[in-house]
Amino acid sequence: MKLKNKLLAGVAATAMTLGAGTALADNMGGNIIVTYKDDVSTLDPAIGYDWQNWSMIKSLFDGLMDYEPGTTELVPDLAESYTISDDGLVYTFKLKPGVKFHNGRELVASDVKYTLDRVVNPETQSPGAGFFGAIDGFDAASAGEADGLSGVNVLDDQTVEITLSRPDATFLHVMALNFAHVVPKEVVEEHGQDFGKHPVGTGAYEMTDWTLGQHVIFSRFDDYHHEGLPKLDQITFEVGQEPIVALLRLERGEIDIAGDGIPPAKFLEVTNNPEFDGSIVEGSQLHTGYITLNTQMAPFDNLKVRQAVNMAINKDRIVRIINGRAVPANQPLPPLMPGYDESYEGFKFDPDAAKALLAEAGFADGFTTELYVANTDPQPRIAQAIQQDLSNIGIKAEIKSLAQANVIAAGGEKDQAPIIWSGGMAWIADFPDPSNFYGPILGCGGAVPGGWNWAWYCNPELDERATAADAMADPSQAEARIEEWKKIFTEIQNEAPWVPVFNEQRFTIRSKRLAGPEGIFVDPVHIPVHYDHVYISEGN
Amino acid sequence: MYAYVIRRLVEAALILLGVSFITFILLYLVPADPARQIAGRSATAQTVENIREQLGLNLPFYEQYWRYLVNLLQGDFGRSYLQKSEVSELIAARLPASLLLMVAAICTELVMGVMIGVIAAIKRDTPLDKGLMVFSFVGVSAPQFVVGILLLYVFAVQLQWFPIGGYGTFAHIVLPALTLGVLGTGWYSRMMRSSLIDVMTQDYIRTARAKGMPRYRVIFRHALPNAFLPIIAMIGIDIGFFMSGIVVVESVFGWPGIGQLAWQAIQRVDIPIIMGVTLVSACAIVLGNLVADLIAPFVDPRIKLK
Repeated sequence: MKLKNKLLAGVAATAMTLGAGTALADNMGGNIIVTYKDDVSTLDPAIGYDWQNWSMIKSLFDGLMDYEPGTTELVPDLAESYTISDDGLVYTFKLKPGVKFHNGRELVASDVKYTLDRVVNPETQSPGAGFFGAIDGFDAASAGEADGLSGVNVLDDQTVEITLSRPDATFLHVMALNFAHVVPKEVVEEHGQDFGKHPVGTGAYEMTDWTLGQHVIFSRFDDYHHEGLPKLDQITFEVGQEPIVALLRLERGEIDIAGDGIPPAKFLEVTNNPEFDGSIVEGSQLHTGYITLNTQMAPFDNLKVRQAVNMAINKDRIVRIINGRAVPANQPLPPLMPGYDESYEGFKFDPDAAKALLAEAGFADGFTTELYVANTDPQPRIAQAIQQDLSNIGIKAEIKSLAQANVIAAGGEKDQAPIIWSGGMAWIADFPDPSNFYGPILGCGGAVPGGWNWAWYCNPELDERATAADAMADPSQAEARIEEWKKIFTEIQNEAPWVPVFNEQRFTIRSKRLAGPEGIFVDPVHIPVHYDHVYISEGN
Repeated sequence: MYAYVIRRLVEAALILLGVSFITFILLYLVPADPARQIAGRSATAQTVENIREQLGLNLPFYEQYWRYLVNLLQGDFGRSYLQKSEVSELIAARLPASLLLMVAAICTELVMGVMIGVIAAIKRDTPLDKGLMVFSFVGVSAPQFVVGILLLYVFAVQLQWFPIGGYGTFAHIVLPALTLGVLGTGWYSRMMRSSLIDVMTQDYIRTARAKGMPRYRVIFRHALPNAFLPIIAMIGIDIGFFMSGIVVVESVFGWPGIGQLAWQAIQRVDIPIIMGVTLVSACAIVLGNLVADLIAPFVDPRIKLK
């Protein structure tokens, strides 16, 4: 009955807005249901770091910066305006006046300082602390030796000044990350470690109910600082729902968004089902699926061997295996990312040339090796395709299919995993800047035990150029900076530490009554949808 | 009697200690590094090290285990690495749903199983008996997910009599209870049938019949209570079985029980949750069996607890 009542309430609410007439023109009101299989973990912006809670947190909290909905274009949000000093080291943010937290208190500059101090404090255990490394005083604060970041200063209630220890062209992106979303001190202190279960922010929605293992409910925040937003009255996130059951319920009109998307095995059936015509939105995302070749382990320390493997992999076939849910890749950066080189050709699929190259490297008879892969569908099937491609040029790869956490652990060991298929664990950018695709996964900093540079690729010269590129913080240098990044990535690819395999496309499946501005269902930062802007259209 | 209960409880405590030790050592040996998992992919080495220290993951094995035990005795199961909540809270939130499904499933299998078993025993070797036993055989053999999806498809998707999964009303529990019930019915009916047939050959039954007692009275007054003993033992086992989480049925029907929690935790190697759920289900198994053993003498006074 509970569910039926909710649906009835939804119908009643939309009927009321229909009656009101003017309300309909604004597309205001209504409740939607989003389903997920897994429980929602924390909603603490300093801690939440999975694709499920990422956009939920974005609707509860705001940062100084944000992105234009559906795009990767930076705009001020809690900041009304900002200035950058000529040396690119001092950022001064003027706060928007009259912004309120869900508890009714007005946001002030000291909240911004508290938030940044908290996220780098080791006690917080924030997975995002490292993003703030450019702020002056980071080392002392993150080691727990200082009381906070010496580089963040409150000038008055409406002004906060952030001083960097080095110019950082990505700093405004960092200010748009969830980790920098502003939290009220008094509520954090009241709930301590459980703040993530009692989130209070300045966002479009406030969390009004959380029944563990069943649902989380977001309700419209009436004092939201953006006029006319959010559109919906309520969003219910139901958890514990198998993706396949979610699709059945979607077909019956019981839910609005199947949060986990379309199960890979059901992809063709669902996309060919006329019932779902017009319910599926396709878009690209900042994702690359790649094979890492451990450059510190023989024989992959040999450039020719790595290049041969790059030519041996039939990427079109792998894309077919996943029912065309991706486009083949030839370089580390995804096409949506600034710095993607459209003219770059990469290594063409050519098993004969690969074989010749392998012979040149002294492996005419091939060799045996191991291929690590996460054990959830479709990854093992993709690994089998890779295995076949490798065997065509004489490389015998034994598949090690393990739980994801164990593959990640193996990749973080210098001499453990010669080849890893990254599927399910591959890099999705935290923010739309090429820099984010370098440091942790291809730079020397990531080639450490427990790091994410599973190819253990470290080129000190490129590292220097990368650092120099990120120091080009002046807006007039933006273009030159992206050009430099473009060169860095194609040079990396020539050294072949990875086989870039494909860029995954995103498919959002939702009820036909949902609508919104262009692009919000494939928003690069809000997955599956930008909850602040989505509305119920009765015109369908 | 009291001495017996105390002895059993001491035994139970030892069993739980053993379970906790074995689980802890297995999870300790898993190659995943919890500190790295919590820290996430963008963390610096310093962050990972901080977390490892704060959680005591840098301590030697025996010290970690000791810490865990000391906290456990104070009712502290620790905090989930990935869900970031108290494990005790997460389990407590899911207990009601698990208990409800357990009661509903046991009632279903008990009623159906005993009924079918008694009818089959009375009509022994008739086509009815054969038919019922084929049904129970199919029930025992059919995998839960097949039965579950079949029931879901027919009664929820096609006929729309019941909701497609979820929790909250009586309608939500019917299909999951029935899915589990079909399986249990198979076991219970076969057990009931053979036990009743066995009792019916006893001397006292022949005596009762000989002195002219009506057949139905003989069965219900004398045979059934004596044949019921194995069923009670089975209920005891079932309590433990259901409380350790019915992963498949809970997943198919979106039932917010302990099974789902355990399954999520295993997939993501969330060690504190895996430990907590294992201990709670071990507890349920031990207690379920104890309760069944304690009830036995009341049903059959010939049994004495020593």
